[in-house]
Amino acid sequence: MKIACTTTGNGLQSPVDPRFGRAQRLIIVDTDTDAFTVVDNAAGAAAAQGAGIQAAEAVVRAGAVALISGHIGPKAFRALRASGVKMYTTDAPTVEEAVKRFKAGSLTEAKSADVNGHW
Amino acid sequence: MIIAVASGKGGTGKTTVAVNLARSLAGPVHLFDCDVEEPNANLFLHGAVERTDEVTLPVPAVDAAKCNGCNECGRLCQYHAIASFGSQALVFSELCHGCGGCMLVCPRGAITETPRRIGVLETARSGDITIVTGRIDVGVAFAPPLIRAVKGRIGSGVTAILDAPPGTSCPVIATVTGADAVILVTEPTPFGLHDLTLAVETVRELGVPFGVVVNRVGMGDGRVHAYCAKEGIPVLLDIPDDRRIAEAYSSGRLLVEALPEYRTLFTGLWQAVGELAAKKGRATEVAR
Amino acid sequence: MKELVVISGKGGTGKTSIAAALALLADRPVVADCDVDAADLHLLLAPEVKERHEFISGHEAIIRAADCTGCGRCAELCRFAAIHQRKGIDGRIVYAVDPVACEGCGVCVRFCPAKAIDLPDSRCGEWMVSDTRVGPMVHARLAAAAENSGKLVSLVRKEARRVAEESGRDLIIVDGPPGIGCPVIASLTCANWVLVVTEPTVSGEHDMARVLELARHFGIPAAVCINKYDINLGTAVRIESAARANGAFIAGRIPYDRKVTEAQIMGKSVVETGGPAAEAIQQLWRVLCRML
Repeated sequence: MKIACTTTGNGLQSPVDPRFGRAQRLIIVDTDTDAFTVVDNAAGAAAAQGAGIQAAEAVVRAGAVALISGHIGPKAFRALRASGVKMYTTDAPTVEEAVKRFKAGSLTEAKSADVNGHW
Repeated sequence: MIIAVASGKGGTGKTTVAVNLARSLAGPVHLFDCDVEEPNANLFLHGAVERTDEVTLPVPAVDAAKCNGCNECGRLCQYHAIASFGSQALVFSELCHGCGGCMLVCPRGAITETPRRIGVLETARSGDITIVTGRIDVGVAFAPPLIRAVKGRIGSGVTAILDAPPGTSCPVIATVTGADAVILVTEPTPFGLHDLTLAVETVRELGVPFGVVVNRVGMGDGRVHAYCAKEGIPVLLDIPDDRRIAEAYSSGRLLVEALPEYRTLFTGLWQAVGELAAKKGRATEVAR
Repeated sequence: MKELVVISGKGGTGKTSIAAALALLADRPVVADCDVDAADLHLLLAPEVKERHEFISGHEAIIRAADCTGCGRCAELCRFAAIHQRKGIDGRIVYAVDPVACEGCGVCVRFCPAKAIDLPDSRCGEWMVSDTRVGPMVHARLAAAAENSGKLVSLVRKEARRVAEESGRDLIIVDGPPGIGCPVIASLTCANWVLVVTEPTVSGEHDMARVLELARHFGIPAAVCINKYDINLGTAVRIESAARANGAFIAGRIPYDRKVTEAQIMGKSVVETGGPAAEAIQQLWRVLCRML
């Protein structure tokens, strides 16, 4: 299955971007093969408002069933919940570590937004 | 006659000019405070508020029974205010501009509109002055719909003064569009000059006749006057840099009442803007 | 990385003069001018432009007169009264979009029976990365009568963060716009601190209350500095208690000082020329440093 993780870099060793809507990029990882693709989130990152919605659309379009990020804002939370994407917040330093924790089942699922809008 | 008082730079004395101009006219006048983010005119006129009306914007409401999540609405919406994420459409009403497109495009008629409050209109009276103030709710981002609501109260044939917000972008344009003349208020400093040139660019784009009021003359240098002379822009009034004016302003008093010697300045300003507005009238005649 | 946003609610309280002074006092800052509507910070910091980029944002409907059948459906549907009838060159009735009133919603484009309307991107200004005597500066210029100032502000802040990361600088000083609307919201969201610069006038008092409410709405801690506090001491005292009641703390009081304008005329900050206001701003900076 495919999962999405926010990042400031271009690969699995890159840091997790703590922001979701304004994250620089999304990495879509296939958990079966560890193959990944990078999705640019420049439009969301530069949006004055509604960044989380645009990023959520990108996650859904990529076919991911779960999202890992540092924090999740209220609009993104509503959008992802409606599309059935599960959300996890983490303080893992790298994408690789975040994915490892996801596979090990040690991430806790977010049940609500944990930051104000405009994060 | 509709006169807009604007300025590129904030704090140059826009509201001071608007309220003192209103008070200097013999006869009824309407003052429309279009600086809906920070409306201040009535702080100086102390008019008793006679009525308060809510201003709303139509935002979509989705009928869950009818929506099949086709996302036609999401594809149309330029503001990301509505979208389906494989489920029924979600509305993010704080992003909605109220264009009504989602309702029109929905193939199943699942979208209706519901009013969302964005601010209030207050009507107050102070002597011969009727003050209509738009006040946007804190946290609401789009001022233009509220400014249009304020301007919707301008009756035909009345003498109206519009107090514009500072700057040169959408809220200023929403205010100045349709005015017969614009007074640009500035101060004789590098900041004042720079922002004046931006405001001039914007007002020229809108094609409304305009002139300049220079406030606090004496605090800076002569660059604003030199610019106006070079560009052929009329300087309608110089207000001197007088600490007593600043003190009267700071405690919410009108300049023409606290310092009666300045009254003639504002009666003179009426005459000058009247001539500007007449210019627009003539230009329109010729165009016809 | 920390971001300090200087805002005021009311314009003309000295926000830009104070932001420039703080930038001079700070250790290796990045400066962002988010007053994209009427930017003035460059007049004091004299940036040397290194990069210049177009700001393409939003859309603006354009009707191709040759394809317009004059049915008027677009004008009927437009909620922003942005479409008007006019006579085409061949004498036919056609419709045209007023670019100033158009909000780029795309409704006319979607419903035009003749498919005669386009929605191209519009150029709304430019943004620059520059060198100044205090460090890198990101600034922008919104085109005259253009929209989307909030988006341009977000872009300036994003680029300032990038520049700060790349140059290993820890503090961004943001000169924000006046008001409490779209560009102000874009300037302060997720900042570490806002510094509200106010003045002891009835307008300054009223506008400070609204801007502090906005900061609270977005959960950002606020400090207040009263500029020209000695113009009206009674109002200054009232403002201080109102600020505290709104959860802000008083970070400084700056006296009225003609040296501020004199420095501005020379293209300098008052902390470079000295005087009572300069000393008060240095004191303000020491307080802000403890806070940050």
